Amino acid sequence: MMSQRHQPSACPSCEEPLESGDLFCGACGYDLSAVPPLPEDRPTVVMGSPVGGAAWPADPAGPGREQPFGDRPSRPPATGAPGTAGPAGVAAVRFDARAAEAGAGDFELPAPDPAARPAPAPGTAGEPWGPGTPVPPPAARPAPHAHVPEPQAGTGTPAAPAAPVEPPPAPVQPPAPVEPPPGAGGVPDPRAVEHTATPPAGTRLCVACRAGHVDPDGYCENCGHAQPRERDHMEEELGAVAAVSDRGLRHHRNEDAFAVSSTALPDGSPAVVAIVCDGVSSATRPDEASAAAAAAANESLLAALPRGTHPQTAMHDAIVAASEAVNALAGDGDDGDAMEHDPHHHRNAPACTLVGAVVAGGLLVVGWVGDSRAYWVPDDRSGPPARLTEDDSWAAQMVAAGLMNEAEAYADERAHAITGWLGADAYELEPHTAAFKPDRPGVVVVCTDGLWNYAEGATDMARVVPPDAARRPLHSAQVLVGHALDGGGHDNVTVAVLPFAVVPAGAGSA
Amino acid sequence: MANFSKSNVPQFSVDVYQNEYLPEGGREVNAIVTVTSTGGGTSGGIALGRVAASPSSIPGRTPGAAVVIMVDCSGSMEYPPTKMRNARDATAAAVDTLRDGVEFAVVAGTHVAQEVYPGGGRLATAGPATRAAAKEALRRLAAGGGTAIGTWLTLADRLLATADVPIRHGILLTDGRNEHESPDDLRAALEACARRFTCDARGVGTDWEVKEVTGIASALLGTADIVADPAGLAADFTRMMEDAMGKEVADVVLRLWTPVGVEIVFVKQVAPSVEDLTDRRTEAGPRSGDYPTGSWGDESRDYHVCVRVPEAGIGQEMLAARVSLVLPDPAGGTPQTLSQGLVRAVWTDDMAASTSINPQVAHYTGQAELAQVIQQGLDARKSGDFDGATAKLGRAVQLAAASGNADTAKLLSKVVDVVDAATGTVRLKAKVAEADEMTLETRSTKTVRVKK
Repeated sequence: MMSQRHQPSACPSCEEPLESGDLFCGACGYDLSAVPPLPEDRPTVVMGSPVGGAAWPADPAGPGREQPFGDRPSRPPATGAPGTAGPAGVAAVRFDARAAEAGAGDFELPAPDPAARPAPAPGTAGEPWGPGTPVPPPAARPAPHAHVPEPQAGTGTPAAPAAPVEPPPAPVQPPAPVEPPPGAGGVPDPRAVEHTATPPAGTRLCVACRAGHVDPDGYCENCGHAQPRERDHMEEELGAVAAVSDRGLRHHRNEDAFAVSSTALPDGSPAVVAIVCDGVSSATRPDEASAAAAAAANESLLAALPRGTHPQTAMHDAIVAASEAVNALAGDGDDGDAMEHDPHHHRNAPACTLVGAVVAGGLLVVGWVGDSRAYWVPDDRSGPPARLTEDDSWAAQMVAAGLMNEAEAYADERAHAITGWLGADAYELEPHTAAFKPDRPGVVVVCTDGLWNYAEGATDMARVVPPDAARRPLHSAQVLVGHALDGGGHDNVTVAVLPFAVVPAGAGSA
Repeated sequence: MANFSKSNVPQFSVDVYQNEYLPEGGREVNAIVTVTSTGGGTSGGIALGRVAASPSSIPGRTPGAAVVIMVDCSGSMEYPPTKMRNARDATAAAVDTLRDGVEFAVVAGTHVAQEVYPGGGRLATAGPATRAAAKEALRRLAAGGGTAIGTWLTLADRLLATADVPIRHGILLTDGRNEHESPDDLRAALEACARRFTCDARGVGTDWEVKEVTGIASALLGTADIVADPAGLAADFTRMMEDAMGKEVADVVLRLWTPVGVEIVFVKQVAPSVEDLTDRRTEAGPRSGDYPTGSWGDESRDYHVCVRVPEAGIGQEMLAARVSLVLPDPAGGTPQTLSQGLVRAVWTDDMAASTSINPQVAHYTGQAELAQVIQQGLDARKSGDFDGATAKLGRAVQLAAASGNADTAKLLSKVVDVVDAATGTVRLKAKVAEADEMTLETRSTKTVRVKK
């Protein structure tokens, strides 16, 4: 098994040439057992200079708590990773879809087929992506979802930035004069509906039949259809980061959540945060879990970064804080009742995945638990993109252990079983974090599997990220969500786009 | 949900048990709706008539009640003479169970109805003196004449109408067939009385018609049973009167709201007994209909609601029905919604979710089938179709065993020899006591709840 393991020729962390049989990098000590097997997806290698040379400013408030910026990630992605634990060490596996347990479900979707996609001509990685690209904005989805706000495609000014943690105002009323959308199966013809008295002020018109008004419990009093919930589609943009989350086309609620924010380091330089969480469907109240995790991780980072905590340590602590927030959900709620009412919900503590990225002081730090991912896509597409995270998933473990190649592993019905998550029933929390120091500008795509199912490899992802992503992150996030919906939207989709600008020399070491 | 937090006030709760997940193209939504009324401080021997009833009939104030006992005094009650004596004793026991302040009357039923006590088209108010006088009057009861139950009910209705009380109830005892009026007369009388008062019906001996007695109880939202041995009458009358005294709220309706395009397949009470309410709907505003449930004490009942919704795409969610308990205002004002529950439909491509059947729905589907196959089996047996009877009653034995309906299983074992309950293999008994067969038929609709 060991002999089959992928052995890179250079350390993925510091690019020091390696000798055959090395278990750790001779220069930086990087645990080579965790090196992702696919060269094109290796973290860091493609991103230019290693993290090692940078120095993190001492915390002025507390010299004793100074975080030395080590030669390598203080908690490399290898922590508890498959290469060391091996499949035999997999203590727990869970599926992020109920269907998986019955052998039918999300993973049965047509696998993203690179050949079916508009393939760019060879050598045209930098091909410009205009507004007229084959990737339509999210609004192109079918009828009942007519509430999706029009992305401001093509206008240079996307939606106005919203306050942090506040989702965009839900559309109160759909565009009135539009004919009822065709294909909304079973929706009765509003002309057949008897006209009721003038509705009291403040009532909403049903988005499905456009004839009835919405009862306080959220259903149309005429056709009974559930109304879009606030979380069905959320967008948020802060100058330097944007995120979009969508229910998708096949799930009845959005169990993903995100948080984006920005703050300042002690030296006044900006720090930008994006957190994306995916609720585990087979657990109870996955939507609450993801919301709690995203909020807690975000708050933790907003508290730690201005104090001068090293971003990688701050990310680790944020994941721990998120974990505690999700654990706290296990005790409350009416799970007992829910059990009786709904036998499909197993007695399962609320759970979710988390992936976060922080851009601060010239560093790019990612952290994750589960199978949500971060990708690096350089602005200059002639440089290679990279996947920055390593899934806590059955497939990733199989590949890492050398038992299957990636194609085989992801074709297996167990591929999406996750082996790490936040939640009270997680066996052991193993937050993975990694720090990078990219030598060129680019964007970080932070996303749930609702997106990466349709753009799995880093090059696939780079292909669907608009070339002006760094300048228009909200538009890019909308385009990426649209890509997932075009692919079938089989899961909730959440994408945060976080631009990274190279800090001029000396700027970060004041 | 309505929340009457004062003490001595019944609270209604509605719980919906369903699998809301439908596959692509799925249309039928089933739900079991459990309605529970609690905290009403029902009798249990405690005198409830002390609190002055407020003019408005708010649930929970100890309500005023009126009861009329109808005793069969047809000639057949003298054969054997113990039957008349037991009926007299049972009526006396029921009178003793009346709580103070309840208005009551006793009616003797033959081919005509006669007031036994107090007479003069009035009701008496229960108290030590009136109870003694009523029991004295019972001594004068004598058998002789025919049977025309419709006339008894019509008189009871006229007497009960004189009382300005929310709870109106009748107790009816018969020992024979309704031979001295046409079935249409009885039907017309039942229609006239429906929702004006509730009525429990009992058949004593084995010379009465099961479908007549169960039909009366069903139409008037009461219970039906057999008292094969007249000696058991007093205990049964006492229990019936206790239940009647425990009623807190009268004329509660189950209101079903459904969206446009949704068809109602059926609405059935499934516990404590099966009662199909589908055809008893009265329209109540746009897309709403009311199904009568009668009066409620401290109790819990289950309803099975089945609706057919229009198709919708995967990922869609709709409200298939809203079920509420509504107390109409007798004065014609705004009805009071006591509690409500939602029946939902969610389309999913998750086969594990959409193919599973909710255990409550499965259980009551089985209980309803049990009642049906017993009826069909007994009908087949009566018409000489012994193969058909064996098949149906075998299926009944199997369903009763699987669902843990021990009472029904025991009754079945008196009609068939059970070879193997699990497979439903039975042999018809050559000789079946008439009382056993009638007991099975009368109680075939009794259900048990899901084993917890």
